[in-house]
Amino acid sequence: MTIDTASAERAVAPAARAIEVVGGDLTEKSLRRYLEGIPGVDAVGLETRASALGTRSIKTTSKAWALDRIIELIDLTTLEGSDTPGKVRSLVAKALVPDAADPSTPRVAAVCVYGDMVPYAVEALGSAHAAGSHTGIQVAAVATAFPSGRASLAVKLADTKDAVAAGADEIDMVIDRGAFLSGRYGEVFDEIVAVKAACERDNGTFAHLKVILETGELNTYDNVRRASWLAILAGGDFIKTSTGKVSPAATLPTTLSMLEVVRDWHRLTGEKIGVKPAGGIRSSKDAIKHLVTVAETVGEDWLTPELFRFGASSLLNDVLLQRQKLRTGAYSGPAYVTVD
Amino acid sequence: MTFLNYAPAPESTAILDLRPSYGLFIDGAFVDGHGAPLTTISPATEKPIAEIATADAHDVDLAVAAARRAYDTTWSRMSGADRGKYLFRIARLVQERARELAVAESLDNGKPIKETRDVDVPLVAAWFFYYAGWADKLDYAGLGPSPRSLGVAAQVIPWNFPLLMLAWKIAPALAAGNTVVLKSAESTPLTALLFAEILQQAELPDGVVNILSGAGDTGSLLVNHDDVDKVAFTGSTKVGREIARSTAGTGKKLTLELGGKGANIVFDDAPIDQAIEGIVTGIFFNQGQVCCAGSRLLVQENVHDEVVERLKERLRTLRVGDPLDKNTDVGAINSAAQLKRITELSAVGEDEGADRWSPECALPDAGFWFAPTIFTNVSTSHRIARDEIFGPVLSVLTFRTPDEAITKANNSPYGLSAGIWTDKGSRILAVADKLRAGVVWANTFNRFDPASPFGGYKESGYGREGGRHGLAAYLAPSRADATVRSTVPAVARTQAEPMAAPEPVVETTNEDTK
Repeated sequence: MTIDTASAERAVAPAARAIEVVGGDLTEKSLRRYLEGIPGVDAVGLETRASALGTRSIKTTSKAWALDRIIELIDLTTLEGSDTPGKVRSLVAKALVPDAADPSTPRVAAVCVYGDMVPYAVEALGSAHAAGSHTGIQVAAVATAFPSGRASLAVKLADTKDAVAAGADEIDMVIDRGAFLSGRYGEVFDEIVAVKAACERDNGTFAHLKVILETGELNTYDNVRRASWLAILAGGDFIKTSTGKVSPAATLPTTLSMLEVVRDWHRLTGEKIGVKPAGGIRSSKDAIKHLVTVAETVGEDWLTPELFRFGASSLLNDVLLQRQKLRTGAYSGPAYVTVD
Repeated sequence: MTFLNYAPAPESTAILDLRPSYGLFIDGAFVDGHGAPLTTISPATEKPIAEIATADAHDVDLAVAAARRAYDTTWSRMSGADRGKYLFRIARLVQERARELAVAESLDNGKPIKETRDVDVPLVAAWFFYYAGWADKLDYAGLGPSPRSLGVAAQVIPWNFPLLMLAWKIAPALAAGNTVVLKSAESTPLTALLFAEILQQAELPDGVVNILSGAGDTGSLLVNHDDVDKVAFTGSTKVGREIARSTAGTGKKLTLELGGKGANIVFDDAPIDQAIEGIVTGIFFNQGQVCCAGSRLLVQENVHDEVVERLKERLRTLRVGDPLDKNTDVGAINSAAQLKRITELSAVGEDEGADRWSPECALPDAGFWFAPTIFTNVSTSHRIARDEIFGPVLSVLTFRTPDEAITKANNSPYGLSAGIWTDKGSRILAVADKLRAGVVWANTFNRFDPASPFGGYKESGYGREGGRHGLAAYLAPSRADATVRSTVPAVARTQAEPMAAPEPVVETTNEDTK
């Protein structure tokens, strides 16, 4: 067997963050060495910590605040093969007025759709569309051959550019898990850098890039941690757990592990990276556990839509039911919240 | 608002149905005591909870006589399967009344409800379930066929885990066929008395378990009583030594679970975030009032600064306050006397030149409180690195090589617990093999399981509690089979099984059984 030094010495894209942290001559080898030098994760300890955070008891005023904030952090999502313009309009209507019976209900952070549905989402939002600003509802598009990511780079970039051109404010890309698992970190890195470049708008601004790690396929917490570092080094604005198409999707220990990376990155560079658990968070209780985990791991500063999101579809209605319960003292039922 | 100032989430005390006063539990009934009654208080508020009768010499006589009677007439004659039924019943009743026991324990001891609810009480039930299963399988306890029970066991327990220590003592004693007179700690008598109610509910035959309250003098009367066959003590090394002296030559079998100054060793390749959690669990669990606490942190020098920085950041999120609030991480110190000791030893630490640090935290005015504290720049010669503080105070020391870590960890008169944090499995095994500690945790700390033996080396005591080894403390080989013990030399046994507890030897001297 010969050692393939040629591919190890292959230079990877000169992403600014990576150059700063890893060093000037970025190669497959230097990147690998850096990622493999990251301290390991003890799975039992991580899960124990996550379940301890899950036992926090959030009551009364804290609960009321948490429920409203959860709504403000939701990327209301529809990602079905059967999506139509009509379905997207209905989703947008729900995003604008989550609870018709209570106008004090805050709006969600974003709607998340497939790339070809972006024009309909933008149109339906009208003046409520954030369009690059921090006020209003963002439009997030999944791209890069979501959910599998099995397409050529050219197709992935075209997918991304299309969505950005159609008015998407945020791009949720998937990493190439095949390349990651076979140790071709440089390839994954280059692809993220390229997609980030494709997020550039005509006016020179960028759509926000969320990098989906698909933690259910990465399988180990060590991999999740390594992929998180990789995604941040390559320029991701957010790291996101899952597509929602693979089980397990977002779990509390996984999110905790990613938050620890984000905390360490902040400690290292002062820069704030967002985290988005997606898929599998269906109840207010689960969502509150995530808020607690964010607040006690990276700090409350992260509990804003710029730095933390829930990718969810059914979570919103459960939060609305809990809100109604807090307001009226009685549980209503699924008939008292709208289906979108 | 700030989300992290979670709104109060107090556990209700409405579930408690406490009486204004409690007697002694002797021969299946609550009876008046003849010692001066004591008032048990909540250490978090200093408010009285209940008046508790204490036992004088006469009461101790009555309790031991009741235990003897129950042993002779009922318990020693009952089949193991039937004893097991009672133990299973007790375990289930503990589970049924879990919330009530958890609230009472938090109230009386000052420890946070999340610990009593999630650790203490579930472990109490687990201990009874575990030993219930052993009751009819004593032939497999490692003492040869048909081992025999010892008789009346005198048990004296501490205040740091009042109910759990009770379970550690009573469950194996009863499973093995002994009867019990147990003395609870002076400052935490409450849950033992609620447990006595559970025994009544379980219809345990009268006299099989007798529970006395009182201070050290009551304990002394009990362990020195002529009609006691077995003494089990958990508490300070000082008292343990007195008991060893006074029981020597009496034929009473003795187990001692004493102090500790556990070393928690963090290597540079440790899973850092989990190690930080382990350090916190090691020393701030139960306000550090744990005999096996990881009170000496040994950090590899090249990661010292990072570990300390991360640890300080983590300590800022610890919530100190009302033990009954479900979000409290660190509760009250158990007593004014203990608070005084912690305060004094911490002052000594400063005087000796170590750097003291605590996170900002507001402590309540009433009650006994001590902020989580870490000392850095600690040397092995400092008192805070040698004396058991028994409080939320961590001493941080450094090492450079595994050999140095082992030497420093073993450089203590105690030998109860140790922890190893590394990603390297081979190092865990190599280091654990050389640590002179009864319990070595790898990549975790302060984890307990009824199947796992627990006990100390050196001045941390002798004998084991928990697991199969815990049974040996309450059994003797059958008379016909009494030679079994001497067939394997003690030295060979310990070499073959360095991590295991000592095999049953007659533990009536205070020599290290290893």
